[in-house]
Amino acid sequence: MDYTLRICGQAGQGIQTIGGSLARYFARSGYHIFTNKDYESRVRGGHNYYQLRVSDMPVISSLDRIDILVALDAVSLEIYRIDLKDEGHLIYDSKSLHQEYKQDNYLDIPFEILAAESGGSKIMSNSVATGAILGLLGMDLEILNGIIRESFAKKEQSIQDSNIAAAAAGHQFAVKACTSCPLTADTVNNNPRMLISGSDAIGLGAVASGLKFYSAYPMTPSTGIMNYIADKEVEYGIIVEQAEDEIAAINMALGASYAGVRSMTGTSGGGFALMTEGLSLAGITETPIVIALAQRPGPATGLPTRTEQGDLNFALHAGHGEFPRVILAPGSPEQAFYLTNKAFGLAEKYQVPVIILTDQYLADSEWTYDGFDTSRLHNHDQRLRGEALANMNNYKRYACTDSGVTPMAVPGESVNLVVVDSDEHNEEGHMIEDAATRNLMMDKRIFKKLPHIREEISAPAYYGSEKPEIVLVGWGSTYGVLKETVQILSGEYEAAMLHFSEIYPLPEIEKLDYAEIIRKASVSLCIENNATGQFERLLRAEAGISFTGNIRKYDGRPFSADGLTGEVNARI
Amino acid sequence: MMEGLFQLTVLREKSMPEFKDLKGIEPAWCPGCGNFGILKAFKDTLVQMNIEPHEFTAVSGIGQAAKFPHYIKCNTFNGLHGRALPAATGIRLANHKQRVMIFTGDGDCYGEGGNHLIHTIRRNINMSLFVHDNQIYGLTKGQASPTSAEGIHTKNQPLGVFSEQLNPMAMAIALDCSFVARSFSADPEHLTKTMKAAIEHNGFSLVDILQPCITFNKLNTYEWYKERVYYLENEYNPEDRVSAFARSLEWGDKIPLGIIYKNNRPALEDRNPVISELALVKQQFNGTLINKTLREFY
Repeated sequence: MDYTLRICGQAGQGIQTIGGSLARYFARSGYHIFTNKDYESRVRGGHNYYQLRVSDMPVISSLDRIDILVALDAVSLEIYRIDLKDEGHLIYDSKSLHQEYKQDNYLDIPFEILAAESGGSKIMSNSVATGAILGLLGMDLEILNGIIRESFAKKEQSIQDSNIAAAAAGHQFAVKACTSCPLTADTVNNNPRMLISGSDAIGLGAVASGLKFYSAYPMTPSTGIMNYIADKEVEYGIIVEQAEDEIAAINMALGASYAGVRSMTGTSGGGFALMTEGLSLAGITETPIVIALAQRPGPATGLPTRTEQGDLNFALHAGHGEFPRVILAPGSPEQAFYLTNKAFGLAEKYQVPVIILTDQYLADSEWTYDGFDTSRLHNHDQRLRGEALANMNNYKRYACTDSGVTPMAVPGESVNLVVVDSDEHNEEGHMIEDAATRNLMMDKRIFKKLPHIREEISAPAYYGSEKPEIVLVGWGSTYGVLKETVQILSGEYEAAMLHFSEIYPLPEIEKLDYAEIIRKASVSLCIENNATGQFERLLRAEAGISFTGNIRKYDGRPFSADGLTGEVNARI
Repeated sequence: MMEGLFQLTVLREKSMPEFKDLKGIEPAWCPGCGNFGILKAFKDTLVQMNIEPHEFTAVSGIGQAAKFPHYIKCNTFNGLHGRALPAATGIRLANHKQRVMIFTGDGDCYGEGGNHLIHTIRRNINMSLFVHDNQIYGLTKGQASPTSAEGIHTKNQPLGVFSEQLNPMAMAIALDCSFVARSFSADPEHLTKTMKAAIEHNGFSLVDILQPCITFNKLNTYEWYKERVYYLENEYNPEDRVSAFARSLEWGDKIPLGIIYKNNRPALEDRNPVISELALVKQQFNGTLINKTLREFY
């Protein structure tokens, strides 16, 4: 069983409500699901969709071909019906679309009438549609009823009851109308699965790493992280400050980090552009900071709600002057969770900025898991405070050490003064102009720290054949689609994937000789969601790696496993 | 649960700071610079208020004024041009038991950092902003600043300044800034008194300090200011916003010195329940909550 459901319509019609309820339903029923969103930059109208892939086996990417299409408006129906499989079904309400369709597999279900008959208003059409989809799949409503009660927990009992009745009416109608439907859901063991998006996983990872201060300016697709953290601020004791702009956001976070707490900011490309001066400040003051950079297509405003891996070069080179940085690029919500924890650890241990590079596709995608293992989290407070600091005499914020790292004291906790300066400075932190001190500090910040940082970077994920003739290489959000493409190709070829989720500094060859794997393959493809092959260039520049070809997509849409398989086949 | 670890901190007896103990590195200002008067007044303020060097953090941006924290002994965050206020905001919110004072100039704060000033006033965080206002750019050698007089000629404005002079006092009162004052670097007694009042005020305080630049500003000299400044009368009520606004518009023949406006808006630190008891920096992370939070995803 491997079904793809797409709910399409105008913004504000309830696409998210229907899709979200179904996602919860399947995850709670024990299925593996993968969801993603495609939406326009508007609050009402347009054409948008929520897509959900459900299976009894793990699924980690989206497919282009649809089994069930739910159309909430006529324009979306016209746009997306070409993606419907021949044996697929389309569900619509001819009354609200003011349009009837004659095709056998187009089911006209009177969402609005059934909602009204269930004692509800037009808005409960969403519950009718949700029930109808489950009816079509021959699934029962028990778990859905619980989800409806939770969703409307803050509303009166009668509203919960009417929505439950509306779902039942939709379910009943679909079961009757679709006696010959070939779609049925296989049963799975009903252990509920965890369902989590990329954005929430970063927020959760930050909260689980002892985050205390988050300042940001809202910007799609990074805002989900801020929403998640803000929701936890009282429970976990976190200050979330909405800054007047991204310049303020990063400077606030750096101030809080200086004062002794774990700090983070998040943004997208345009906001990150404003943060670059602050990034450089983090560099010279050696102030730990974690920055989530959720990419969307540029330049400038670009395609605000769509996806691209177009800011790798920007993240690599952002900020004036020379200073070390770490760039992590999770490929799934699970990786996002653990890598966010790693980001806080590296930022604090080496007193450098760490950038978590995601994109709209990962931010808005939901994956299912058995669970996350909190024993894999590492939270060691690296700051100098309390008794250890109080007993210290003559503390110097930038005292030179073998590792390049000077213990970072918390100001105000002792008589020791903590002096930091954006000017080049001496060991005490006071501004200097002389060449010898300049060299000392540059060596401390860059050359002493970098080898230690590099040791911490994990090898890329290797999946597939041990002697691959085809190697697919990617980074960040393409993890799922690369892995599934390799699975599909493996029926015919010796294929493998190399996926980089810790991309700068590049992992040491000693951990896994990825250069050799790529060199030996007869077909090696660097696959990126951008136009110019930014990661391919990084590998060539820093590791001398070249590929036999590449696949680049820059239309603002993510890769799909079936689409990418076709692209790879065309290059074999 | 959270306090335990920090009670280990060795308690030491508070010592009275003396003027000579507050000396930082050697100032790089021009001899005769108005900044020296501000440095002396601030040291006097610390001595009179019994604030030791480690008991506050001085935050600055870039410019001649922004070098100030290096010239006294203190915790220092000397950040970016125009960005002192957001950095100070983060520092204060992370530890609101620690005093935060900000030292900037008219170019740094009213020009490059203007947007931050507006929003820091709105937030009303309890910290004091001292603007060394010499009506000119010093570090970049003599260009017009937002408070430069209309019509003055500089190397970069050879045709004269066309823009209207910014009135920081009127702007701050319009934004209902919690404490708005003006003082003069050549009047250390008044300046010390004003600094003390600003630091004691619970909320965001802005002190605009008239400070002659003897090298680049040939118009707004010590004499020019001395001929014009006057003290607000004893019976002046700084809590009347409308009359305060009228006073803030005085400039030219008469320039008022003193606390022009203040109100009792609650400070942000007193409103955020997250830090109602313990400073953020003293709150231990409770990792045991995470497993419960994970359940919310099922």
